[in-house]
Amino acid sequence: MRSITLSQAVNEAIAEEMRRDETVFLIGEDVAEAGTPFKVTSGLVEEFGTGRVIDTPIAEQGFMGLAVGAAMTGARPIVDLMFGDFLFLVMDQLCNQAAKTHYMSGGKLNVPLVLRTNLGATRRSAAQHSQSLHALVAHIPGLKVAMPSSAYEAKGLMKTAIRDDNPVVIFEDKLMYQDKAEVPEDEYLIPFGEAKVLREGRDVTLIGTSSMRQVCEAAAAMLEADGISAEVIDPRTISPLDEATILGSVKKTTRAIVVDEGHQNFGTTAEIAARISEKAFYHLDAPVIRMGAMDVPIPFSPALEDLTVPTAEKVAENARRLVAGELIHAL
Amino acid sequence: MADAKTNTEDYLQMYRQMVRIRAFEDNANQLYLDAKMPGLTHMYSGEEAVAVGICEALEVTDKITSTHRGHGHCVAKGAAFKEMFCELLGKEEGYCRGKGGSMHIADQSNGNLGANAIVGGSMGIATGSALRAKMQGSDDVTVCFFGDGATAQGLMYEVMNMAALWKLPVIYACENNGYSEYTKTDEIAAGEITARAEAFGIEAHQVDGQDVLAVNKLTTDLVQRARKGEGPFFIELMTYRYHGHHVGDINRTYYRTKDEEAEWKTKRDPIKLFGDWLTSEGIASEDDLAALGEGVRQEAADAVTYALAAPYPDGSEVDMHVFLEKT
Repeated sequence: MRSITLSQAVNEAIAEEMRRDETVFLIGEDVAEAGTPFKVTSGLVEEFGTGRVIDTPIAEQGFMGLAVGAAMTGARPIVDLMFGDFLFLVMDQLCNQAAKTHYMSGGKLNVPLVLRTNLGATRRSAAQHSQSLHALVAHIPGLKVAMPSSAYEAKGLMKTAIRDDNPVVIFEDKLMYQDKAEVPEDEYLIPFGEAKVLREGRDVTLIGTSSMRQVCEAAAAMLEADGISAEVIDPRTISPLDEATILGSVKKTTRAIVVDEGHQNFGTTAEIAARISEKAFYHLDAPVIRMGAMDVPIPFSPALEDLTVPTAEKVAENARRLVAGELIHAL
Repeated sequence: MADAKTNTEDYLQMYRQMVRIRAFEDNANQLYLDAKMPGLTHMYSGEEAVAVGICEALEVTDKITSTHRGHGHCVAKGAAFKEMFCELLGKEEGYCRGKGGSMHIADQSNGNLGANAIVGGSMGIATGSALRAKMQGSDDVTVCFFGDGATAQGLMYEVMNMAALWKLPVIYACENNGYSEYTKTDEIAAGEITARAEAFGIEAHQVDGQDVLAVNKLTTDLVQRARKGEGPFFIELMTYRYHGHHVGDINRTYYRTKDEEAEWKTKRDPIKLFGDWLTSEGIASEDDLAALGEGVRQEAADAVTYALAAPYPDGSEVDMHVFLEKT
C-alpha cells in the first residue's frame, strides 16, 4: 500500500469531500495560495477557486463566527485555525454559539462545521504556539473532538468530521505533518467513538492520544524486552470516547497508564483515568496513572521544553513500577 | 420583492405588528411580576417601529439574527404568540421545546436564526448567513439586529471588515436606545457610531427609530440594493426602551430620569405616532384601531392562558438535542 504524509492525508480528505459536496468550503488565514504555514491545504485553491477556499483577515473570532452562520444556513465550513493556541480567540463563537445552537433551539438549527487546528510541543515555539488544548473543548457539551494519531487516522477522521452534522474540532499534531503512514487509495471513513487497539497485551494498558500513541507504542516495545506485555489503545476521538474498548482492556490487564500531551491538571488524562477508576475499580491491581504535559507554560529553551512532555522512557518506567507492584502513590 | 409600504392593508399590518409586540411584552412583564415566569426577560416596548419597519421590508426567506431583547424581532419576523409564550415559560410546545427561553428563541421557518444572550454574539452568524447566501447565488438578505452596547464588541469590527471586503448582503441594524444596560451610551461610545461602519467603506444611515414609515422606507431601499450586491449597509436607529435593562430593573433613577421616560412615552411612542398618522390620513378610524388593539390583546391573553396550562417537557428530553444524530 502507498504511504503518504499526514499533511497529504488531510489535504486529500478535504479535497475529496469538497468534490463530493458543494456545500463544503474552507476558510481561514492564508489557506489559499499560501496553503497554510504547514502547507496542508496547498493546491486546493487551484482546484476549487477562491470562492470555496477563502483567505480571511487575521480575525479568528470573526471568521469563526462567519462559519457558524454559514453552517446554520446550510453550508459545511471547514475552519482553519492556524495554531491550537488561538482557540482562546474563538471560544465564544465555538463554545457559546456553535456548541449550543442545536440544543438551545430545541433541535431546530444545527451547526455542521469542522474546526481544524493543531497541538503539540517541542517545536521550539514557546508558550503561545505549543499548547495542546483539546481538553478545553472536550469539556463543552455539543462539541466532538478528534485527535488523529497518524496519516491514516487523519484522513478517515477528517472525512467523518466533514460529514458530521455537528461542530467537530480536529487537533492535528503539528510535528507529525511530514510523518508517513499507509493510507488506502480507496475511500474510507473512521467512525467517531471507536478506539483502535494497536497492540494487544496482558500486563498493562497504555492509552495514548495523538502523537502519544507513538510514545506508547515505543514504550510497549521497550517493555516487551523486559518481558512485560503492554496493550496500546488510541482513542482516536475523546468526545465521544470509546469507553467500552478502554474498560475491556483494563479489566483484562488490571493496570492502566493514560498518556496525553495536554496539561495534566483537569485534563484528558484525568477524565479517562477517572472513568477507569469508577467503572473498572474492582478489576484494578494498581492505581491508574496519568501522564500529561507538565503544568507549566511551555518553555522555549530545548533544555526545558523537552522536560514538559511525556516520553516513551518515562511511560515504560511507570509501567515497570506498576507491574512490579511498587507503591506508586508518590509518582 | 417588497416595496415600501404604501397601501391600507400594508399600513394596518405594520400597525398590527407593532401592537402585537407591545401586547406580547405587556403580558411577559406581567408574567414576571406575578412570579409565573422562570428567570428574567428584556422588554422591547418602545422600540417596535424598528423591528416592524425592518422586518416588513423582508421576505420570509430573508434571515435575521436577534438579541437578548429579541421578542420584538421574533414577532415582527412572523412568530406566533402561543409558541413564544410557551418558550418563555419553559414549556414543551415552545419554539425551542423550553430549552432556550426568552433569550434564545429561534424560528427558522420564518428566517429567524435566533436571539443571542451574548451581547454582539450574533454578528458573526449574521455575516456568515450572508456569506452563505452569496456563495449559493441566492438573493436573500440577512439583517443583524444589535444594540448600541454591542458596538463596543470587537467581533463587530472583524465581521464588518469581511462583509465590506466581500460585499456581503448583510444589513447591520444598530438599535440605539440610549443605554448600554445601566449606562448612558454617551459614556461607552466614542465618536459617531455610524462613522465606525463608514471606516470600512460601509454606507451608513441614521434614522428615527420611532417612525415606522421612515424605517421601512429606508430598509426597503437598502434591502433591494443588498439583493443586487451593493451591500453591506449599516443603519443606526434612534429609539428608546421603556422598561429597564430587564424586567427586574425597576429603580432606574440613578441612570435616567422619570421625566425622560415620560417624555418618550407620551410624545414619541411609535405606536401612538403611527396611529395618529393613520387616522389623520383617513386610512383608519380611531374605532378601527381600538378594535384592532382589542383583538390583539385578546389573542395575547389567550396565548398566555394556553401557555400557563401547557405541559413542561418530559425529563427524558434533558439530554436530547446535544448533538444532531440522524437515525
